[in-house]
Amino acid sequence: MASQTTTLPQQRRMGVRIERRLEQPLWLRIATPFILIAAALLIGALLLGLVGANPWVVYNKMASIAFGSAHGWSDTTIKATPLILAGLGVSIAFRMRLWNIGAEGQLFIGAWVATGFALFWLPRDTPQALLLTVMAVGGFIGGALWAFVPGVLKARLNINEIITSLMLTYVAILWNNYWVYGPWSDRGFGLTPQFPRNAWLPRFTDYSSDFPFLRGITAHAGIFLALAVAVLLWFVWKRTKWGYEVKVIGDNPRAGQYAGMRLARKIIIVMLLSGGLAGLAGMAEVSGVVHRLQERFSPGYGFTAIIVAWLAKLNPLAIVPVAYLFGGLLVGSDAIQPAGIAKMLQGVVLFVVVGGELLLQYRIKVGRSASS
Amino acid sequence: MELAFLVTLLAAGIRSGTAILFATIGEIFAERSGVLNLGIEGMMLMGAVSAYGVAFATGNPWLGLGVAMAVGGLMALLHGMVTISLRADQVVSGLALTFLGSGLSAVLGAPLVEVRNAPRLPVFPIPVLADLPILGPIFFNHNVIVYLGLVMAPLAWWYIHRTRPGMELRAIGEYPAAADVLGINVNRQRYAYVVFGGVMAGLGGAALSLAITPLWIEDMTAGQGWIAVGLVIFASWDPLRAALGSYLFGAIRRLPLDSQNLPFFLAYPQLGYFMNMLPYLFVILLMLISARSEMRRRIGAPAALGQPYVREERGV
Repeated sequence: MASQTTTLPQQRRMGVRIERRLEQPLWLRIATPFILIAAALLIGALLLGLVGANPWVVYNKMASIAFGSAHGWSDTTIKATPLILAGLGVSIAFRMRLWNIGAEGQLFIGAWVATGFALFWLPRDTPQALLLTVMAVGGFIGGALWAFVPGVLKARLNINEIITSLMLTYVAILWNNYWVYGPWSDRGFGLTPQFPRNAWLPRFTDYSSDFPFLRGITAHAGIFLALAVAVLLWFVWKRTKWGYEVKVIGDNPRAGQYAGMRLARKIIIVMLLSGGLAGLAGMAEVSGVVHRLQERFSPGYGFTAIIVAWLAKLNPLAIVPVAYLFGGLLVGSDAIQPAGIAKMLQGVVLFVVVGGELLLQYRIKVGRSASS
Repeated sequence: MELAFLVTLLAAGIRSGTAILFATIGEIFAERSGVLNLGIEGMMLMGAVSAYGVAFATGNPWLGLGVAMAVGGLMALLHGMVTISLRADQVVSGLALTFLGSGLSAVLGAPLVEVRNAPRLPVFPIPVLADLPILGPIFFNHNVIVYLGLVMAPLAWWYIHRTRPGMELRAIGEYPAAADVLGINVNRQRYAYVVFGGVMAGLGGAALSLAITPLWIEDMTAGQGWIAVGLVIFASWDPLRAALGSYLFGAIRRLPLDSQNLPFFLAYPQLGYFMNMLPYLFVILLMLISARSEMRRRIGAPAALGQPYVREERGV
């Protein structure tokens, strides 16, 4: 036994040890996003090479299409608009660690309600301002109600909101299909008739008679709405008691409850707001871009919004540039083969960010470990 | 007439519930060990596309099956590294895995969409038993992979509840610190079960593309990976209840297809959209039921589910 005790120090061996940095140096904090983006592009390049594409050609082409011209910026803005709105929506829920991943379904329902008002439920000659307001409010409420179900199930019965919100997404898409092929269909195709002009969100190009340089810039007023919501949400987090309470509950629900915050009520309200913004994104998309409801009008905005929100670390102001980045990715990948590259790169980016961010918080020490 | 319809439906339910059963059993093991993996959908898709591609390229569906399992396992290993070693959030990492899998499978599978004649796993009626009335067509006249599912559910139950390693598995998910004290290497076992979960998800994907709906189309799982996550909760982390849930789900999923020739549905073709919603609504209903019984019996998720185990830190 005694000899074993004396050999103890030699049991310390050379090895790799992971330990947490006590504090991150400033250079690392600034460099982190750049390191992560570079790493994601590198891994994406490897995968692209693996499937037989030339990564540099692909990246170059995507960047020049998305950001190389005024029209490119306009197209990117169009894609970024729903990403900002839905991204802000999911970020509200995520901030409280409520995993609302059904934004896609909430977006579809928002678009469905907006379409109902645009085409069927209001008189044709409704003034544009009134009609757009009703559509926006209706879209918000539609998305909010779709998120209310997972919210109330979570708050009252503690049912996993990830599953319920996602299942309802599939239901929402089928619901949408029923209407665009059924009662609202334009001659049996998977789309409704076009909205009347007074149900269109104003686009830059609509003012090209006064400002010729705006011709063909089809980005629409939804972007201003999205930016306004981003600033508003930033203010809510920074300056209001409600925002503070949501953050406390997100960090430590028990502490929140002890402090007298009403958890169940907050869960429901947060889910309503979260779904409402996704619904608003749907309204902006049909009213600003598609001008009708159709099958699969969203290329997965609600899902991409999750990545956007997470990459932006749930910071409303950071969501805007990140959404532009992903909007550019969507625009760029529309133009290249094989299809699906955008989705794949999104997965890579999210993975690198999730893993890589933690990797940078830790320090890998090679050498004698201090203790065993 | 009604009986024949019911027999067809149940047989089809068992067949089409098999893929989700594999994925659910795999996830039960991963969650029992304390690691939530929301990447099942992505791993199933990668399993499905790699199985189909390999079977087409080599002409050997069994090789496709093996590759699919390996691919699923590798993806799960990635999740393990990020969540067990780097201790990242399990929810976000799983989501990332699903995005990665659905994107990568779409890219890899683009040329396979045209292929309609890749070799399939064989159908094998079990001699004598297959000729039984009613039971024969329901249980004993299936693709070989369906039998694997039928056998695996009780085996998994036996492993978890009646063997020593199964007891250790439950321990590391309920109280990892205590398991650690007993000399169980918590993180190594977690790695093993997470990878096993991925292998099973890959197997589920392969069952889809090589047997159940033998072809490849983008996003062919249509949310089945997510439904598996829901079924785990309904099953209270019990493989036998998982089998019940999976086969029921399979039957409900088949309902719109098998009933579309009944006179009632011919009169209302648009009912199909609502029939197709049923599987998803069914999952929500299952979660409601299990939420109530969970409250009644006070049985819930493994206590350490979702939490990384770090020896120096306090935890459950």
